[in-house]
Amino acid sequence: MGVRVQEGDFDLAVELADFGRGAGGIVTFTGVARNNDAGNLQYMEIEHYPAMTQSAIEAIANEARSRWDLCDLLIIHRHGRLAPGARIMMVATASAHRADAFAAAEFLMDYLKSRAPFWKKEVTSDSAEWVAAKEADEKALDRW
Amino acid sequence: MIDVVYFAWVRERIGLPRESVETDATTVAELIDELSKREERYALAFSDRGAIRAAVDQTLVDLDAPLKGAREVAFFPPMTGG
Repeated sequence: MGVRVQEGDFDLAVELADFGRGAGGIVTFTGVARNNDAGNLQYMEIEHYPAMTQSAIEAIANEARSRWDLCDLLIIHRHGRLAPGARIMMVATASAHRADAFAAAEFLMDYLKSRAPFWKKEVTSDSAEWVAAKEADEKALDRW
Repeated sequence: MIDVVYFAWVRERIGLPRESVETDATTVAELIDELSKREERYALAFSDRGAIRAAVDQTLVDLDAPLKGAREVAFFPPMTGG
């Protein structure tokens, strides 16, 4: 079990080497800094609320553990300046059965999107714009 | 005194990341009212209340949440993690 908030990159192979020992299934999701539609993204700046981020993510992780039968869980979320294609975050869930692992991973992604204190700014050669939250992201929480 | 912290475009519009505020506000919304009356940049940052999220002592709250005993209040736009 782990929650990490960090500026540096992470290595999926290293993170998953000992993850979920004894589980029947492991689900992983990796979020990547996507280029914008114009293809001119220089970098994405991810701001966060250092005093709150870790505890907010841990609360989301604990909620997932109470709802599904998980034998392991890992969340890593980066902040700072990220070039297009860079890994932003990852979620891994391990369970005896895949249904719980998939559901918990989706739940974690939905909640990290709109309940973890991160804000993305897209910086191009001629603009710097905060990414607006989508109504669909807020709606996605209703299914849980 | 309450520490007030700002993030993302709320921080940019107000022009600072953190300040200490002497306030009689009893709720988060009342604190927003007080700050908005200070200067135009605050009024601008808080003009769309529907786009403002708040945390009291690092816990997300609704804008009508009480401030009693609060040490730190944060204001920011809807989050865009993941």
